[in-house]
Amino acid sequence: MSALLVLARKTISKGPNMDIDLILRVYPFFIEAAWVTIELSVLTTILGLTCGALGAAARLSRNVVLRAIGAVYVSVFRGTPALIQLFILYFGGPQIGINLDAFDAGVIGLGVNIGAYMTETMRGAIISVNKGQTEAARTLGMSRWETMRKVVLPQAMRMMIRPLGVNINALIKGTALVAAISVVELTYTAQRYIGSTYKPFEMFLLSGVLYMVIIYIVGHGISWLDRKARIV
Amino acid sequence: MGLDFSVVPGYFGVLLQGMAWTVAITLGAGILSFFGGIIFAVAALYAPWFIRLPMRLFAWLFMGTPLLLQLFLIYFGLIQIGIDLPAFVAGIIGLGLHFAVYNSELIQSSILAVDKGQYEGARTLGLSRGQTLRQIIIPQAVHAVIPPMGNNMIALLKDSALVSVIGVMELTLAAQQSISRTYRPFEFYIAAAFCYYIINLALEAGLRRLERRIAASR
Amino acid sequence: MRSSAFVEIKNAAKSFGTLQVLRDINLSVERGQIVAIIGPSGSGKSTLLRAINELDPLTSGEVWLEGVQINRQLPPRQYEKHVNQVRQNIGMVFQHFNLFPHLTVRGNITLAPRMLKGISEADANALAEEQLTKVGLLEKIDEYPSRLSGGQKQRVAIARALAMKPKVMLFDEATSALDPELVEEVNQVMKQLAEEHMTMIIVTHEMDFAASVCDRVIFMDGGVVVEEGPPSVLFKNPQEERTRNFLRKHLARNGD
Repeated sequence: MSALLVLARKTISKGPNMDIDLILRVYPFFIEAAWVTIELSVLTTILGLTCGALGAAARLSRNVVLRAIGAVYVSVFRGTPALIQLFILYFGGPQIGINLDAFDAGVIGLGVNIGAYMTETMRGAIISVNKGQTEAARTLGMSRWETMRKVVLPQAMRMMIRPLGVNINALIKGTALVAAISVVELTYTAQRYIGSTYKPFEMFLLSGVLYMVIIYIVGHGISWLDRKARIV
Repeated sequence: MGLDFSVVPGYFGVLLQGMAWTVAITLGAGILSFFGGIIFAVAALYAPWFIRLPMRLFAWLFMGTPLLLQLFLIYFGLIQIGIDLPAFVAGIIGLGLHFAVYNSELIQSSILAVDKGQYEGARTLGLSRGQTLRQIIIPQAVHAVIPPMGNNMIALLKDSALVSVIGVMELTLAAQQSISRTYRPFEFYIAAAFCYYIINLALEAGLRRLERRIAASR
Repeated sequence: MRSSAFVEIKNAAKSFGTLQVLRDINLSVERGQIVAIIGPSGSGKSTLLRAINELDPLTSGEVWLEGVQINRQLPPRQYEKHVNQVRQNIGMVFQHFNLFPHLTVRGNITLAPRMLKGISEADANALAEEQLTKVGLLEKIDEYPSRLSGGQKQRVAIARALAMKPKVMLFDEATSALDPELVEEVNQVMKQLAEEHMTMIIVTHEMDFAASVCDRVIFMDGGVVVEEGPPSVLFKNPQEERTRNFLRKHLARNGD
């Protein structure tokens, strides 16, 4: 609480002499960095959704080995910090012959990580539809695969939009981690300018606003998708 | 350069110490986020507007930006205004405030979901507004969100790795220091991941027990 | 202006927005009297009851208890204090019990006496045991409410209210949420209170109970008191057409 009060006081006392000039001078670099964050987010989302779909398929499969692989994937990637996973890939990768530049390592590391969370999201949605619907479809003589494709998945997809949106929201903020492997995105840029200007509050606001713009737009996109899917 | 895990046992003590710090930071920030969450929730619902509005803004900012950025703000921001806290204190404050905001959202909706009859029952006995809130509403509201707050605690454990970036000597930084001496990143980060996994399992087991005990008392 | 009656309601009116739920109601209850309020749903009977302890404050009119005006106009801070004070004298029992699920039966009963009267834990425990013995549930003292039946919950709720040693007890359809076979045990407790000359105001749908226990019955409809009198008169020989209609419908419904 006291830290909060200090922050609040600081905002007020700093208010009039907030360094607007500085913000105006450096904001183009932040905008540029925001594009990197967006690029990272998009690629990570695509990889995450792919891993999530594969993971969910594995976890719901009738094959014991696939199920076990899916379970281990989810448990390991959700049970350890994303930052450590990123470090293993980027710094440890070369030792086992994986040489990636920081950006690619970032996308792969974060994508596989968020994929574990998306696996559980997708699995949850499919299971929640599965029960009564499957029985109904199977009594009509549909095969297991047909049931899944024609009956369960279309309904489950609608149900997973919102929770996947939560995953994507976390993912966008999670892209900040790649600052730790020196990818020049928003957080790295903020960190660099904090170091060179000693104006942490201005830099926080500048990058924070850009993050919130991205999250706001994506959030609205997902709500729109969700509403549209519900009408159908 | 191949893999050689035989160097890891030599740094066992360093990693163990890092683990202890990670546990301490997680517990410290967890406790802060728990009580902070309650205080924020009550303030967000019942405080006068000149407290409520800045709080709303604060919550909005903290939920819309990355934790790493917030840690930079707190660590460097505090130094800028002349408060030179040890890095681990800044780390606990940063993590604690971040998750307090998320806990606060949970508790707020939980407070609003407590049956109106509970409020009436307490008020008709003569309990004041504050007494009713403290004795009746908040205990029930917090009770109801123990499982999702437990999930936040698990997320907090993993996010505690981020405080290594502001120089807090916990598990991740312990691994990094071992690496700077041995040049074996793969081995030590795997070892660190293993340690996190163990703590994570212990925390999950602990939370499950807590939930079972709560379920039994209902 | 001091009032001679124990509980007195003068010119009570209440509206929610444009909807007028109570109009010009006057009612006085003597010490030890047991009054039933009956009427169709939406007649305002629960609102009137809830106005007595300021849960739903009146729009205009006065409520008095033993010479003290309950709904005094006061600055917010003083009003809050005043209301908390007077509510300690008024026990209330709700349709849905409103027991505190996170506290044991003992915790439910001792909370208010300990917090508001500052009595010791030992005394509070003795008080809880005394009240639970009265409602016949001493063996449940360390249970949580979720482990009790509806009838048991309501008896605990009565014990909780009695532990504050109230001057008057209000019952807001105390048995309407209960399964039929559980109604009697709650009625028994209320009858026992009647024998001890507790002042009670009872909003109820149960005409038989009202007839057998109450000294006076008040029939409300459309926010006004249509008719009142001893149960022997009001039930056997109602004077007003609306009362007759209500009783006829009610009997027909319960008859089949």
